[in-house]
Amino acid sequence: MSRLVSDTLTMAERNIIRLPRQPDMLLGFTVQPIMFVLLFAYVFGGAIDTPGMSYIDFLIPGIIVQSIAFGGFATALGLCEDLGKGLIDRFRSLPTARASVLAGRAIADIATNTLSIVILLITGLIIGFSFQTGIGDVLAGILLLLFFGFASSFVFALIGMTASTPEAANGIGFTLIFPITFISSAFVPIESMPDVLQAVADANPVTHVVDAVRHFWLGTPAGDAIWASLVWTVALIAIFAPLAVRKYRSAAAR
Amino acid sequence: MTQAPQTSGLAIEATGLTKRFGEVEALRGVDLRVEPGTVLGVLGPNGAGKTTTVRILTTLMQPDQGTARVAGLDVVRDAEQLRHKIGLAGQYAAVDENLSGAENLTMVGRLYGNKRGPAKKRARELLDRFRLDEAGDRLVRTYSGGMRRRLDLAAALVAAPPVLFLDEPTTGLDPRSRLNLWETIEELVGGGTTVLLTTQYLDEADRLADNIAVIDHGTVIAEGTADQLKGRVGGDRLDVTFADPAHASTAVDVLASLSSERPVASGDTVHVVMAETHGAITRAVRALDAQGLEADDLVVRRPTLDDVFLTLTGRATDTGDGKEGDKTDDQARQEVAA
Ligand SMILES: Nc1ncnc2c1ncn2[C@@H]1O[C@H](COP(=O)(O)OP(=O)(O)OP(=O)(O)O)[C@@H](O)[C@H]1O
Ligand SMILES: [Mg+2]
Repeated sequence: MSRLVSDTLTMAERNIIRLPRQPDMLLGFTVQPIMFVLLFAYVFGGAIDTPGMSYIDFLIPGIIVQSIAFGGFATALGLCEDLGKGLIDRFRSLPTARASVLAGRAIADIATNTLSIVILLITGLIIGFSFQTGIGDVLAGILLLLFFGFASSFVFALIGMTASTPEAANGIGFTLIFPITFISSAFVPIESMPDVLQAVADANPVTHVVDAVRHFWLGTPAGDAIWASLVWTVALIAIFAPLAVRKYRSAAAR
Repeated sequence: MTQAPQTSGLAIEATGLTKRFGEVEALRGVDLRVEPGTVLGVLGPNGAGKTTTVRILTTLMQPDQGTARVAGLDVVRDAEQLRHKIGLAGQYAAVDENLSGAENLTMVGRLYGNKRGPAKKRARELLDRFRLDEAGDRLVRTYSGGMRRRLDLAAALVAAPPVLFLDEPTTGLDPRSRLNLWETIEELVGGGTTVLLTTQYLDEADRLADNIAVIDHGTVIAEGTADQLKGRVGGDRLDVTFADPAHASTAVDVLASLSSERPVASGDTVHVVMAETHGAITRAVRALDAQGLEADDLVVRRPTLDDVFLTLTGRATDTGDGKEGDKTDDQARQEVAA
C-alpha cells in the first residue's frame, strides 16, 4: 500500500513538473479559460438575460465547471503519448504498483484543476464577480469541483488510451465535452432553450454541478443539485475508473 | 523470496514459448537457456520474434504456451517479484521528453522503490558513465537520438539488476558510443550480470555474446558459440574481385575446383567457400592466370556471422549470394548473350 502511495506520488510529480515545460499545454489551463470568460462576459453577456443576478455572477461558476470538465485533457494526451513512446512499457517492467500510472495522472489533474479554478476566480473577481456566501460554502464549492474533475480524469484516461494519436484524443475530447457543457445551465438559463434541449440539460450532470456550485457561491436554492452532482460524480468514477484500468491493462499488454 | 524456487541454476530458461497475434504466429516454440554471468546474443531478421521474446521474458506480455523462468522466477506467476531483478531497454528509447536526463533516471530509481537521495545519486553516476553528465540537466527533447538511446540504457541499469534485457541496444549509436556500450556490457558481465541482447549487428554478437541463438519465423534455428556457428557454414572464404564483371562470371567455373560448393558471383566479386585453405591462393592464382583473367583483389577470410546469418535464414537469395540467385544470374546472362 505504501508503495502504491509513493509510486503514485512519483508519477504525479513527474506529470506536474512536465507541465510548465509544455507552454502550449499550460495555455490550455490558463489563458484559454480567461479568454472564454472575457468572450462570454462581454460578447454574449449583454444578450443573455439572467433573472436575479448579473451575467458575470451567473457565468463564473458555469465556466469554471466547463474548464473542470475539460480538466482531464492532460491525462488523455499524456497517456496517449506515453503509450506511443513506450514509456508505459518501461513503467510496467519496473516493480511499480500497477494503479500508480493512472492514479498519478488523476492527482496531477487535481493540481492543474486547482490552478484553473484560482485563475478563473481571480479573473472573475476582477471583472465584477462576487461571492454571496461564507468561506465554508465557497470551499465546499471548490471541493465539489475538484471531485467532479477527478471523475473527468478517468473519462479522459479512457479517451487517451482509446485514441490512436494525441491529436485524435484532442478531437474526441472536444466533440464530447463541448456539447455536454453547452447544453447545460453553465452559460444560459435552461428556460431559454428549446424544449428538447431543456430536457437534455435537465438530465445533464454538468447542470447539476453548475447549480450546486452556484448554490455554494451565490446562495441560490440548491434543490437536488448537490446530491445529484455527488451521485453523478460517484457514478462516473464507478463506471469509468474500472473501464480505464481495464483499457490500461490491455493497451499496455499490446 | 522465502520459497526456494526449483531453479536449474540458469539465469534465463524459456521452454516452448508460443505467441500468436491474430493471424500472425510471432513465436512457434522458442527455447532459450542462459547461464548466469553470460551474454546471449539473439540474432534474427526483422519480424523473427526477437522483441516478442524479450517482452515475454520481461513480463510485459504473457506467452500463449510454454514457460519461462528468469532469475529463478516464473515470468507469469512471479512477475511482481521478477520485476525487481530485471532491467529492460526496449527497441525504442522509452524516456520522457519533457524531463531532464537526471529527472528521468531519478524517477526510474524512485519507481524501483529507492528514496529520493540515493535515486538522485545513482542518476548522476549513470549519467557520468554514459557520457551524459553535461547534458544531464537539459530536457530530453533537446537530446540527439543517440543520447536518448544512451539515457534509455542507463535507465535499464538503475537498479543494477542481475538480469539485463537489451533489445537492439546499439541501433542508432555512433561508433564511439557503440564501443562504449560494449565496454559497459563487458564490465557488467564481468561483475556477474546476465545479459540477453538482440541485435542485427553480427560483429556485436561476435564480440559480446558467449552464446548466440539465431531466431527466424518464431523459432530458434541455430544455437551455439560464434565459432560453432561459423563452423556450421563451412571453411574459409576466398573473395576474388575483378575489374571487369564479365571476368567474374567466367571465374566462377575456373575457381569451381577449389570448392565442393559452386562459387558465387555477385557483381565484380566471386565468393568461394574453400574445401581446403592450404595452398588455395596459389592454385587460384594459377588457374586464373591460365585463363588470362586478371584479379584486382584477392582475400582469404574466416566465415563471419554474416555468412552464418545469411546461410541459416536463407536470406542469401536476396543478395545474389546463394545458389538460386546465381542460377538466375547465369540465365539472365545467357539471355543477354543470345
Ligand atoms: N502487437 C502485435 N500485434 C500484431 N502483430 C504483432 C505484434 N507484435 C509483433 N507482431 C508480429 O509478430 C512478429 C514478430 O515481431 P517482433 O517484434 O517480435 O519481431 P522482431 O524480431 O523484434 O523484429 P525487428 O527486428 O523488426 O524488431 C512480426 O510478424 C510482427 O508483425
Ligand atoms: Mg524487434
